[in-house]
Amino acid sequence: MGLGLLASRAIRPFNSSSGSRFLLRTIVSKPELQSPESSAAAADASPEPDLPPRTPVGGARVHFTNPEDAIEVFVDGYPVKIPKGMTVLQACEVAGVDIPRFCYHSRLSIAGNCRMCLVEVEKSPKPVASCAMPALPGMKIKTDTPVAKKAREGVMEFLLMNHPLDCPICDQGGECDLQDQSMAFGSDRGRFTEMKRSVVDKNLGPLVKTVMTRCIQCTRCVRFASEVAGVQDLGILGRGSGEEIGTYVEKLMTSELSGNVIDICPVGALTSKPFAFKARNWELKGTETIDVTDAVGSNIRIDSRGPEVMRILPRLNEDINEEWISDKTRFCYDGLKRQRLNDPMIRGADGRFKVVSWRDALAIVAEVAHQVKPEVIVGIAGKLSDAESMMALKDFLNRMGSNNVWCEGTGTQPNADLRSGYIMNTSISGLEKADVFLLVGTQPRVEAAMVNARINKTVRANNAKVGYIGPVTDFNYDCQHLGTGPNTLMEIAEGHHPFFSAISNAKNPVIIVGAGVFEREDKDAIFSVVETIAKKGNVVRPDWNGLNVLLLNAAQAAALDLGLVPESSNSIESAKFVYLMGADDVNLDKLPDDAFIVYQGHHGDRGVYRANVILPASAFSEKEGTYENTEGCAQQTLPAVPTVGDARDDWKTIRALSEVAGVRLPYDTLGGIRSRMRTVAPNLLQVDEREPATFGHSLKPEVAQKLNPAPFKSAVENFYMTDAITRASKIMAQCSASLLKK
Amino acid sequence: MLARLASKRLLEIRQVFRQPSQAFRSFSTALNYHIDSPDNNPDVPWEFSESNKQKVKEIISHYPSNYKQSAVIPLLDLAQQQHGGWLPVSAMNAVAKVIEVAPIRVYEVATFYSMFNRTKVGKYHLLVCGTTPCMIRGSREIEDALLKHLGVKRNEVTKDGLFSVGEMECMGCCVNAPMITVADYSNGSEGYTYNYYEDVTPERVVEIVDILKRGEKLPPGTQNPKRIMGGPEGGNTTLLSEPKPPPCRDLEAC
Ligand code: SF4
Ligand code: FES
Ligand code: FES
Repeated sequence: MGLGLLASRAIRPFNSSSGSRFLLRTIVSKPELQSPESSAAAADASPEPDLPPRTPVGGARVHFTNPEDAIEVFVDGYPVKIPKGMTVLQACEVAGVDIPRFCYHSRLSIAGNCRMCLVEVEKSPKPVASCAMPALPGMKIKTDTPVAKKAREGVMEFLLMNHPLDCPICDQGGECDLQDQSMAFGSDRGRFTEMKRSVVDKNLGPLVKTVMTRCIQCTRCVRFASEVAGVQDLGILGRGSGEEIGTYVEKLMTSELSGNVIDICPVGALTSKPFAFKARNWELKGTETIDVTDAVGSNIRIDSRGPEVMRILPRLNEDINEEWISDKTRFCYDGLKRQRLNDPMIRGADGRFKVVSWRDALAIVAEVAHQVKPEVIVGIAGKLSDAESMMALKDFLNRMGSNNVWCEGTGTQPNADLRSGYIMNTSISGLEKADVFLLVGTQPRVEAAMVNARINKTVRANNAKVGYIGPVTDFNYDCQHLGTGPNTLMEIAEGHHPFFSAISNAKNPVIIVGAGVFEREDKDAIFSVVETIAKKGNVVRPDWNGLNVLLLNAAQAAALDLGLVPESSNSIESAKFVYLMGADDVNLDKLPDDAFIVYQGHHGDRGVYRANVILPASAFSEKEGTYENTEGCAQQTLPAVPTVGDARDDWKTIRALSEVAGVRLPYDTLGGIRSRMRTVAPNLLQVDEREPATFGHSLKPEVAQKLNPAPFKSAVENFYMTDAITRASKIMAQCSASLLKK
Repeated sequence: MLARLASKRLLEIRQVFRQPSQAFRSFSTALNYHIDSPDNNPDVPWEFSESNKQKVKEIISHYPSNYKQSAVIPLLDLAQQQHGGWLPVSAMNAVAKVIEVAPIRVYEVATFYSMFNRTKVGKYHLLVCGTTPCMIRGSREIEDALLKHLGVKRNEVTKDGLFSVGEMECMGCCVNAPMITVADYSNGSEGYTYNYYEDVTPERVVEIVDILKRGEKLPPGTQNPKRIMGGPEGGNTTLLSEPKPPPCRDLEAC
């Protein structure tokens, strides 16, 4: 008897007896699905189910808008109450059964073209595609029967027919839906011996790498591009086995959200170009933190290996970024590794920087600070500063006798008294209820891509109308360009403009004023006109506050909450000692030539050109800090990687400096500084909670300013390069070179 | 034993690879993506002709005004007729503009249907049916005869620009298999015809080509003189008498 025969004898018992099937399938979809008790219980579906309670998959939530609409279905014999209109797949999710799927995505329209989600439904002659089938009352859904299993196995075999078996050289390996699901639901051998098809790779730009042979035509990317990103670039071309994803004509995907197709592609067809072949996902350590490249505060996960940030991925937060992030957020990370400031440095007499010790650097700064009069000391916080360090900076300067401290981007005379005057009162998720938008001097697409995605979603869902006042720009939804300057605003306020009736007839009108307006001389006048519109158009009501300001950068909201407001509006002109805490975009032209500039920051960016002393600081990925986003929600970053060189957290440097300068700040720990913050802005300690503004605009004093008819300017010139990190990033430079050229 | 098993398997595998890799049949005339060429790129201006603009209006009027995009197929067809049988990118863009959708939505449709040609075809585009009934009745030989006579490959245009040969799926004429279709673009969209020539033989198709080359017209239909349309050769053989009425006409009585 040959060895082969022996071996096949040994295997046969396993194959023939169905009872030992579980022995062969070690990787299963859900442990409780395959555990003997629950499958036994599911099998005899007794009228009085006595089943262990199940937890919904992935935190699936059920919202009953109308309790009468609840229907009951049975999933594997387990009864669940769901609202009418849910699909079978969603019902299974609520019941705690994870249905394999490729094309279905909860945030995209239903395509129903992969057939992976087949389940058995009692009385239905064939297995049904659960993602596209509405659940009907009393439906008996079976997800664990031989029919369902066989159906999945068959679908999987078909999918793998033309899918290359190149997992070892595929970047998706380890986080590939196809890989996981073929392990869990597929067959352990293939019968396909013919040649596989191959497809030409497409060029989608510097961010998304394509290996189109791997595509399984789920069309998620096509639906994402047209529904969420709002760019109709991708399509499905050809038919049958010749079907492929592409743009047909040579075209890059010009969207600020294009990176998200990497996440939604269930296979390795669309992967990250900058991350290609850099690391495997199981080598990476994930740190849940937040993004600071714009004022949205998208929730992200920084994946790092050792001291290096390898990539940035979005994290689910329904209220802020849903599950998307902008390309800037996702790909700015290589900027964290370039042009970093490692050591404290002092500019010598020859104009070159010399590395010094922290002790010397701080001593010199303290000495100079004491030599000048307190009124000429100025402190400017950068757009990436966390609340803790801004608190420390303000306390330090106050103790030095100066009150000239502000955050860049808020203008010289910010209005920090009324919180409702600088945050997004509607909240980002609240925008979904709106039916009319008036955008004043703001281009949300480049200023806050995630807010723009919400507006796009609302426009698609409610057919909301959008009016825009400002310079000509691109919108990815239908938008009426009303005018370019405050005159149009005035017309609307006086009711002459047709858009005024749109606002006043709307149920939930929303006005969004861009933070670029802060830099204008006549900003108070503009705000008062906007308020007139709001009053006449009934935009602010007890149940609806549609008057919003869209901030530009991560530090702004917290800075205004903490009262970082300069005492005089022309303090720069007379300053002798300037403390730049990561501020790179302030205009220092008017600064007297003999001013002494301390630059504390993490990148050798614009602020360094004139600096006399450089104090290295840690970037957002390396420190724990509080940031408040544009809707007033405080969130905290966590350190993902160690900082570089001798850099220190901003607040620690300032605390040390205060001691050297003889005005010791009374806190030594993050806890200490946070309790100080509690006395100034307690909302900054309510982490992950949105704190709405309590008082409305009615408390505002009258303004006597004159409106300047000069048109609004765009606040962000280059979406991809807005701060020190993104300006240092090579990927962002490539993006702006290839995607912004017209 | 193991070794024998292994070598047998190896042989099988070899067998698979030895098969001619003819597996790929291209139905449509072009790749699924576009490569710019001098006569086919988005910058070539393209517009519906004056008379066709009327037709465009008329086609669009068939659909509700908020579902203009439903007109995409008839419009592409019209554009194809106007442009001598094929659709350059700029024609698709023009259609997209008319129905107010993104161009990619039109490209999707145009690449899906194999009857939209995205590369040049001849004035007479000959389509040989390649589906089973026609294939059994010798469609391969017919194609070969055509290709040999014209001296081209499939989907290639003859030097004089008059002919091209393509393959088509069943055109519902199996009763008179094998058949070819002649799409005649020689007279623009006004004189456009799309005629079936059935019951062809390799000799007959060559004759058809020669007739067309001379600029003559040929009545469509079966090429077998003994048949009348779809009827059998030599007249009907069955169902010669009046059909009997069904047994119970009186419904009340049943
Ligand atoms: S590229 Fe990816 S997301 Fe797009 S259809 Fe293919 S598999 Fe789906
Ligand atoms: S997930 Fe249901 S068909 Fe693709
Ligand atoms: S098979 Fe040729 S017409 Fe039907």
